[in-house]
Amino acid sequence: MDKRTYEVIFIVNPEAAEDEVMRLSEGVQKIITGLGGSIVKTEMMGKRQLAYEINHKKDGTYVLLEVEGSGSEIAEVERRMRVNDQILRYMTVRVDEARRRAVKLKDRRARKAAKQPGSGKAKQAAAAEFDSDEEGSAG
Amino acid sequence: MSTNYEERDLGFEREYDRTMPRGPRRLQRRKICRFCIEKVDLIDWKDVKLLQSYIPERGKILPRRISGVCAAHQRMLAEAIKRARNIALLPYAAD
Repeated sequence: MDKRTYEVIFIVNPEAAEDEVMRLSEGVQKIITGLGGSIVKTEMMGKRQLAYEINHKKDGTYVLLEVEGSGSEIAEVERRMRVNDQILRYMTVRVDEARRRAVKLKDRRARKAAKQPGSGKAKQAAAAEFDSDEEGSAG
Repeated sequence: MSTNYEERDLGFEREYDRTMPRGPRRLQRRKICRFCIEKVDLIDWKDVKLLQSYIPERGKILPRRISGVCAAHQRMLAEAIKRARNIALLPYAAD
């Protein structure tokens, strides 16, 4: 099974102390590594205001993890987070597919540029001319 | 009887005034997708500052016909905004 990349983000109760947030984050990481996944990146996004209230709380501490694995560790982590009342909300997003698509788009653009050098510039110039024409007639 | 003519003239004037601003409005400058210009391939749902510029006060997603974003990028943008909403980075509805 090929590796998948996920972004796991969760919001911790703002009243939780910093070391408790650290403990939660480490706990999540331990579950993932224990099940054969790996942690690519950890980011403590800190306390920030929520766009809407969750459990009558107006702000929360955000923790973001980037995880590589098969998907089974995500299921386990989500199960744990669901029952933990210190975690207000969590979300997992699969990012490898979108990233691959982005690379593909980039490649395609590079190839296009190589095939017709200066075509991008010519197009932009034409667009600029079009704009100035319109402005002229409007004024 | 001259008053009658004046009235008719006014009516014509009014109609003329109403239709006039419509002409130039159609000639508005064509909007170009800013994501295409900046060659963006991936719109990050964590980029709140960027996403916020596409949700006016009410919190709704700005339609393409107003922002000028191309279809492909609007899809990415909508997805990113919805993800950000889920995790309370953006509101579902403001006030």
